[in-house]
Amino acid sequence: MSNKKEIQKQNKQELKGKDGAERLVERKVYIPRADIYTINETTYITADMPGVEEKDLDISLENDVITIHGTVHGDNSEGLDILHAEYNVGDYERSFVLSKEIDQENISATIKDGVVKITLPKSEKAKAKKIPVKSE
Amino acid sequence: MFWDMLNEMQKMSDRFNRYDNDFFGSFKNVYPKINILGSDDMLVIKIELPGVDSESLDISIVDNILTLKGSRINDEKKDQEYQRRERVFGDFERIVKLPFVVDREKIEAKMKNGILILNLPRAEATKPKKINVSAG
Repeated sequence: MSNKKEIQKQNKQELKGKDGAERLVERKVYIPRADIYTINETTYITADMPGVEEKDLDISLENDVITIHGTVHGDNSEGLDILHAEYNVGDYERSFVLSKEIDQENISATIKDGVVKITLPKSEKAKAKKIPVKSE
Repeated sequence: MFWDMLNEMQKMSDRFNRYDNDFFGSFKNVYPKINILGSDDMLVIKIELPGVDSESLDISIVDNILTLKGSRINDEKKDQEYQRRERVFGDFERIVKLPFVVDREKIEAKMKNGILILNLPRAEATKPKKINVSAG
């Protein structure tokens, strides 16, 4: 479990882009808070991405790394002054390295009320199998 | 004795400031996060509430104080094993002081993709009125 300091840094931390490269479009990207847990040999990642809906969500898998990207559309608040801001508006992105035990073909994801839930099943090969013993 | 009193007063003042909405301190641990946008005759308040059931929300306004109460329930099963835990759950309450009194009859609240958006038009009676000076 991460200690408190690490969690605080990850709260809306700005993402610099892969390998520190600059983004072509001026759009801030933040790291969403995520929980990772396992139940019955299946791993789940749930990430908070308020403002993101299904069409704005992009999940890709490359070389054992899964990347979740959510685009947040600008609010129609032109002409209004910002009187008080506690959060910044921007896209969300986070990558996770998957263990070899994950069955990459059967990864699925859903999004509801700004929360993305990714299901990562364990591959059959990695599951513990009981070996039956026959008496001779 | 005197220093003790001063110390106590400072501690009280610090404690008060932490709950005072107008204090622009660090917002790292504030939950949920609120942005207030506005003009002279209306306010738009946006609150990040991913995964929160709008039924659990209790929004009330008295004069120019807005109170938001609600809770986010962790709907996951009990026998899960966490590898990482960053998301916040539980009851929350935020009290916001608005720059003017709003018309309670005309308030609109909607929840979209985990963001609560409140539209609050200013109360007619509080709008500044031009006073015409006639040549006397």
